[in-house]
Amino acid sequence: MRVPQATGDIALRGNAPILSIRELGVSFLGARGRWNRVVGGLSFDIAPGETVALVGESGSGKSVTAMSVMRLLDPATSRIEGQVTLDGHAVLGLDEAGMIRHIRGQAAAMIFQEPMTSLHPIYRVGDQIVEALTSHRALPKARVRAEAVALLERVRIPNAAERIDDYPHAFSGGMRQRVMIAMALASRPRLLIADEPTTALDVTVQGEILDLLKDIQDEFGMAMLFITHDMGVVAEMADRTVVMHRGRAIEQGATADLFARPREAYTRALLASVPVLGSMRGEPAPLRFPIVDLESGIAGPARPLSGTPGRDAPILDVRGLVTRFDVRGGLFNRRVARVHAVEDVSFSIFPGETLSLVGESGCGKSTTGKSIIRLNDRSQGSVRLGKEDLFTLPPEALRRRRREIQMIPQDPLASMNPRMTVGAALVEPFREHGLGTPAEGRARAARLMEQVGLTPAMLDRYPHEFSGGQRQRICIARALMLDPKLIIADESVSALDVSVKAQVVNLLLDIQDRMGIAYLFISHDIAVVERISHRIAVMYMGEIVEIGPRSEILERPQHPYTRRLIGAVTVPDPARRHLRRNQQIHELRTPIRPLDYRPPARRYTEVSPGHVVSVVDGTSP
Amino acid sequence: MLAIVLGRLMRMVVVMFGISVITFAIFFATPASDPAARIAGRNAAPETVEAVRKDFGLDRPLPVQYVLMMKRLFVTRDLTSFANRGQKIIPAIVNAAPATLSLVTGAAILWMLGGTLAGIVAAATRDRWPDKLLMGLSMAAVAMPVFWVGEMVNLVTQSRFHDTWAFSWVPPLGYAPLGADPVLWFRSLVFPWITLAFLNIGLYGRVLRTGIIETYQEDFIRTARAKGLPARKVMLKHATRSAIIPIVIMFGMDFGVLVGGAAVLTEVVFGINGVGRLTYQALKVLDLPMIMATVLYASFFVVIANAVVDMLCLLIDPRMRQA
Repeated sequence: MRVPQATGDIALRGNAPILSIRELGVSFLGARGRWNRVVGGLSFDIAPGETVALVGESGSGKSVTAMSVMRLLDPATSRIEGQVTLDGHAVLGLDEAGMIRHIRGQAAAMIFQEPMTSLHPIYRVGDQIVEALTSHRALPKARVRAEAVALLERVRIPNAAERIDDYPHAFSGGMRQRVMIAMALASRPRLLIADEPTTALDVTVQGEILDLLKDIQDEFGMAMLFITHDMGVVAEMADRTVVMHRGRAIEQGATADLFARPREAYTRALLASVPVLGSMRGEPAPLRFPIVDLESGIAGPARPLSGTPGRDAPILDVRGLVTRFDVRGGLFNRRVARVHAVEDVSFSIFPGETLSLVGESGCGKSTTGKSIIRLNDRSQGSVRLGKEDLFTLPPEALRRRRREIQMIPQDPLASMNPRMTVGAALVEPFREHGLGTPAEGRARAARLMEQVGLTPAMLDRYPHEFSGGQRQRICIARALMLDPKLIIADESVSALDVSVKAQVVNLLLDIQDRMGIAYLFISHDIAVVERISHRIAVMYMGEIVEIGPRSEILERPQHPYTRRLIGAVTVPDPARRHLRRNQQIHELRTPIRPLDYRPPARRYTEVSPGHVVSVVDGTSP
Repeated sequence: MLAIVLGRLMRMVVVMFGISVITFAIFFATPASDPAARIAGRNAAPETVEAVRKDFGLDRPLPVQYVLMMKRLFVTRDLTSFANRGQKIIPAIVNAAPATLSLVTGAAILWMLGGTLAGIVAAATRDRWPDKLLMGLSMAAVAMPVFWVGEMVNLVTQSRFHDTWAFSWVPPLGYAPLGADPVLWFRSLVFPWITLAFLNIGLYGRVLRTGIIETYQEDFIRTARAKGLPARKVMLKHATRSAIIPIVIMFGMDFGVLVGGAAVLTEVVFGINGVGRLTYQALKVLDLPMIMATVLYASFFVVIANAVVDMLCLLIDPRMRQA
């Protein structure tokens, strides 16, 4: 492994770096008093005005590096070695008071992954910005407020002068991230550290925030340390990239070079496993992710799905599904409004087919999945599984039919009982439905464990002993225990690292090939959806605005919202480094309606066989 | 906001009505609780018992009795005791209430100040000696029963060291009304206050310490540190304000319950004739009117204290103001 001398780059540029890290090592105090090294021998520089991305999978030490620069790690349980020079200060030699005086909120500011929890919930956003403004310099009261408003305007928050007195809960995730950025800009930092700033955001909002960060950087001329796992974001944001793996810098260099000519196998593997929107152009059937050889980092061929979905009778037929939740309040806790979470949704899924539901958070896609198996009892419409309507079945019959529809959750750890072995968790539903003896259940569990790429011996372990990807495999095995005809996968691969994500998607496709199971694949990740889907339905504000074959939706999107959604997807192509989307800022609206609201009747047009679009008119959301 | 307040008041009336009905019903379901036999005295002739029963209206149907009792309690306010003939209920409670209120309010101020201070100091010096010392003390405070602490305090201040310079100012046991002599009132309550507050300082300190330490794991604390706020400001402004909510809720419960009579142990030990003692005596002789009145009085304070706490929480945490 050869790490290029970063100082050489700087010499060419002819100016001193803002941040210079030399041989950084970070260790955490682990069990039994042992120190575990999580970052080692890390060296890189950031020049003024430059953006450097730290990229890697979870646990690669990228966030820990950022926290070390700000010295935000608990000194009792962590140890930092090496040299960190930030704006002329030797960071590791400073005491806490020195950090506050020179570094935090002075030379450097930081924004974080979770805008929902990173603002203090009980102070007005204005006060939190004012705090950042006044903590290092004395300003007259009237000017402070004017400056806070100016900062909010600078991060393009509409009606900044009014919204300054709102509390964080009145802002959406994207708007909160804007507030975080405004707060970070308060001190006019020379370095902005952005730790996964768009990971928790919807794709269209991610595009807006990335645009904003680029604008702000142009305006303030600050350097950025950008931490992300998303190669698309790296390509768009970073001048230079440092690839991290297990606490070490595997490779670093100019982003365009690194993407075009990755030297190290790991970098090649990482780049090859990134799902790229548009890579499926002209492919008729869903395609497995190419298997990447970790030794060489070279991607193998991508095998397509062999079977084609049946077209005779749908396995699941949803007609006019409506789910509304009451909003209560006021005197006597009356109903005051209704959330129209799912509004007149109809679709069908055929055997062996994958239908993807895509849309942004709050659009009703997860609620649709839950309503189908009657996990909430506030739905109307009809859901036909084969010949029977699940919505009119008595409870016991419903329980039996539920066997045929299984779910794979988003967070596998949270969906498994930590005190049950994997084997017990797998056999329990099998026994519950009276499908066989405990021995038969055990044998089936062992067989399925092999099918999902694990070993039968693992049945006696507990969920916490597995990695995230393995746990998701176990959840898939658990769903398969009951021989389902349809699996609802609700954001099932969203939380996984890219390489693991590719493996799990391939596993889902293998299972479909082998058993002819149909999937309702709920996801916000359109690049993955492109891989796995036969058909795609786009949801917005509780309604399906467009539905059709995958290639039709992605290559010939008709509805403005679909276009907006696809346009916001990041693509790992460094040519987009200076791209601006120039989208209009929008607050994601929730479909809360007054009690007497009658949803307008929608008209749909069929633009090509099976490709149906909601007609945009005055009543459209 | 007005809707919330009105809704609260409404619920309060419903809760108090429920409590009064349950108290009433339990009384008549209690074995050997026949008030007529009690009032008539031991070995009374059946005719006498019957006469008493008619006299006190105890032969009427239960709902009528309930309504009558409520009317005499709230409207005509001339309800008399079944046990001590002629003792009027309302004046008895009105006389006892100031003593209890003085005792509990003073102690509450002490324990809130002490508990908050202990919690913050312990959290700020986590795992160092001030934390260990405070948490050891608080464990001891929680473990020691209040009547024992009270007796020990009395032993020291009233007998063993009473004649020394340190405790000669302590007046004899008993309550001195605030209106008559404020200084004497204060001096007579100093040790009851400390005794009653002692346990809660320990309890509140522990809860607050845990709350602050948990809050330190929150993302918004990391934000506050990253923007360069000094440690003291992070602790007091950002961590403590979120962590104080459970304390405030606990306070509402404890204050209401103590004012309502749960301070009986302290009252007995320090010879204070408060509501707790009154309730206790009424319970011993199954004196329905007195039990009824003291239970309603207690529930009134519990409900009021909780309503106040809810309002406080709304002030502290704007998220609760929605809906």
